[in-house]
Amino acid sequence: MNNNYILEFDRVTKDFPGIRALSDVSFKVKRGEIHGVCGENGAGKSTLMKIIAGVYPYQSYKGCVFFNGEELMFSGSSIRKAIEKGIAIVYQELALISQMTVGENIFLGREPNQKGIINWNKLYSKTQKILSKYKLNIPFASTVGKLGMGQQQLVEIAKALSEDAKLLILDEPTSALNETEVDTLMIILKTLKKNGVTCIYISHKIEEFFRIADTITVLRDGKTINTVPSKKTTVPEIIKMMVGREMKERFPKAEHKMEDVVLEVKNLTAFHPDFPGRTIIENISFSLHKGEILGIAGLMGSGRTELVTTLFGEYGINIQGQVLINNKPFDIRSSRHAMDRGISLVPENRKDQGLILEQSVLENISLPNLPRFSSAWAINKNEEVKICKEVVKNLGIKLGSLSAQVNSLSGGNQQKVVIAKWLVSHPLILIMDEPTRGIDVGAKYEIYKLMNNLAASGVAIIMVSSELPEIMALSDTIMIMHEAKCSGILKRKEASQERIMTLAAGYK
Amino acid sequence: MTIKNTSSSIQFTERFRDLTILFINFLWKTIKRNLKTYTMIFVLIFLFALFWILLPDTFMNPRNISNLTRAMTIISFLAIGMVFVIVTGNIDLSVGSATGFIATVVAFFQVHLFPPLILPVLSALFPGISGYVLGIISTILAVIIALIVGGLIGFWNGFITAYLRVPAFIVTLGGLFIFRGLMSAVTGGKTISPIESSLNSIFNDYLPREVGIVLAVLVIAFIVFNTLWQRYKRMKYGLEIRPLIYDLIKMIFFSVMVAGFVFYMNLYGGLQIPLVLLVVVAFLFSYLAKNTRFGRYAYAIGGNKEAARLSGINIKANVLKVFIFMGMCIGIAGIMFVSRVGTGAPGGGETYELLAIASCVIGGTSLMGGEGTIIGALIGSLIMVTLDNGFVQLNVPNWAQYVIKGLVLIFAVWVDVATRKSRE
Repeated sequence: MNNNYILEFDRVTKDFPGIRALSDVSFKVKRGEIHGVCGENGAGKSTLMKIIAGVYPYQSYKGCVFFNGEELMFSGSSIRKAIEKGIAIVYQELALISQMTVGENIFLGREPNQKGIINWNKLYSKTQKILSKYKLNIPFASTVGKLGMGQQQLVEIAKALSEDAKLLILDEPTSALNETEVDTLMIILKTLKKNGVTCIYISHKIEEFFRIADTITVLRDGKTINTVPSKKTTVPEIIKMMVGREMKERFPKAEHKMEDVVLEVKNLTAFHPDFPGRTIIENISFSLHKGEILGIAGLMGSGRTELVTTLFGEYGINIQGQVLINNKPFDIRSSRHAMDRGISLVPENRKDQGLILEQSVLENISLPNLPRFSSAWAINKNEEVKICKEVVKNLGIKLGSLSAQVNSLSGGNQQKVVIAKWLVSHPLILIMDEPTRGIDVGAKYEIYKLMNNLAASGVAIIMVSSELPEIMALSDTIMIMHEAKCSGILKRKEASQERIMTLAAGYK
Repeated sequence: MTIKNTSSSIQFTERFRDLTILFINFLWKTIKRNLKTYTMIFVLIFLFALFWILLPDTFMNPRNISNLTRAMTIISFLAIGMVFVIVTGNIDLSVGSATGFIATVVAFFQVHLFPPLILPVLSALFPGISGYVLGIISTILAVIIALIVGGLIGFWNGFITAYLRVPAFIVTLGGLFIFRGLMSAVTGGKTISPIESSLNSIFNDYLPREVGIVLAVLVIAFIVFNTLWQRYKRMKYGLEIRPLIYDLIKMIFFSVMVAGFVFYMNLYGGLQIPLVLLVVVAFLFSYLAKNTRFGRYAYAIGGNKEAARLSGINIKANVLKVFIFMGMCIGIAGIMFVSRVGTGAPGGGETYELLAIASCVIGGTSLMGGEGTIIGALIGSLIMVTLDNGFVQLNVPNWAQYVIKGLVLIFAVWVDVATRKSRE
């Protein structure tokens, strides 16, 4: 065991029911370096980190992980033990209590105390010491909620470091930061490196690796593709490693006949409902034909979801630009209004936004469609059952009876229920935000088939997806977004994974 | 000949046995699906049995049952409205004060405003009108005013909750103080009396026995007609229908219940007016909950606000509506209250909000929203009244009554939580 390496993965394999998240992952992290780990969504980055952090115990995966030369053998869920060993993780979603001060957050759960009474002076002096040691410029007595996202991220880092972390893992640290905040973070990370802290930096923003990382490891589909020194590689090379997979028979083939333009969006800009000065999408233009599938690609936070929810009337009236449906102007007012004009939206998160889990399949499907089979004073329940039965049969949703709780269905069937909800009204335009997230391969295939059938029957589909292969296989046209703007529109023939990734990363 | 007979009788017993098994399965499934409600029905039956054993002479006699059901009405009206409020994930703490307030407003109008302002006009227009008729008109006007004021109170609570986004807990806690204050303002600290005898009889009187019988016949006719009509409609839609025997047993069961209850009540004074009104209102609100868009939307909002919003439901408008319906229920409760007390007195309706909420919760309404039934709330309210009634007769000390009621409330929610876990 070479003592130059602080962390070593040796043929690590991790299976989840129905899916192999990691397969034979091996790479080494040198002591004192900043080691970038990159890969697409679902490449296995987060799973890997959870193994180091003790979330997945020893023997729930195959292979070995060595930390400081000794094998990690966490039993049960032992996040605390990982911290004691000197491994600290800053997760993508910050876990701070915004009503508490910086100092309180850093020492949450291990406040310096005598017999249960907190020694506030000691707490704050320790806080100050940590902050000044790593040159973190944060007001230590301010409540966290008042700080910007960048500073909150630094508080998380300080919290990790306060426990004498030898290895700091940052999971997508810049996904919520603006450019100046990213710059500050980069400087801090370099300071940490001088102080001897080893850092694993997980991201899918490739350019960041070239700013700070010494070494880059690329993961794809749960496998290590390569580990290279950042000085000896280039952005296109990394992109190629990230996406260079062969297309297997994962997608049903279909040609779509594109007919008349259904939706035309011209220079659409929308402003944040709470911060009127901030744009959430900027100057977007595209047109959508009957029977076409338009894929919207881009990194998380690039404005994809914001674009489609704006079209659905979710961001209110704070909008500039023009939208035409069937050549008639459509002024975006509310989601009910959008539905009346023939737009349906299958939302991004089926559990939080799509379904009422405790209610029956019937009630869920009919919720947005009640006006179709009810007067002001009565729902025609027979009509309701008849219509819902039809759509359940058409989509091949497997269930015992319509009165089954949605909760009891599998992920794929739940997703079909959400889609069913929005098909009853026979929409002109069906927007699907991440239609296959979190469902298994078989169910994905069925949803792709369904989308092709819908397109063939003349529905215009907008699909937002983080999975490039899916976008490329299904879309007739692909729009790529980067930082709230459209960075390119490609025809299916022109598109390659490399081109899409390049545009999504903001390179032309 | 004999052999043939036996085989057909074996066939018959087999068929009968199959049907019985089917029916028991169906019953078991229904019970399992609504475990919460049925648990409370069992609790209710248990309580009735317990008190009958402990008080063999008095508890089950028609007079006591009559008093018991009358006692549940005011809280039940509030609980009916409260179900909707809680189902949308809100709460209304102002209903007790508001009930007392409306009671005083009604008395104020009837005693101080109608006699000098409206009744002389009516007498001038219709010279032959009797004092008796004038009294009835005055009471009808008073009822209308109670409903309007109730609706306005609901609008106030609902508007601030839905459109100004102040949490319902705070808005209605404020309302609790506000309406209590206004109540004192209306009465000036004194009781307002006398109210019309027609107003007084709304809560206290009985329907003539013959009317009770006619009502029972009409209700049974409706049950039979409706069951058959629903079957016919389902058939027309080509949907599967349950074997006729289920519906027959159901029809017979409910018809016997209705007829039996009316017969029993007629043994004493007849059906009480407030109970009949309660059944009508409960039926209307149950219909609202199950068979209208508004009802579905209320449950959807409580179940998952975000999903409801993305389904194009106007959340604010629907929450406002829910509070307005709650207000109407408060109006009815206010009328009942003034009718019961016979005067407009300050200090009425205290802790009614808590009793109404407890009724809902005992009856299976979830404070998290999205779940709850009107019938459950009525059962909850009946359980509490039964406890009151039995305990008073058994001379259980006051403190113990409170302790036991508190324990029942906690037990009811525990049953919910425990069965929920096993379902998962």
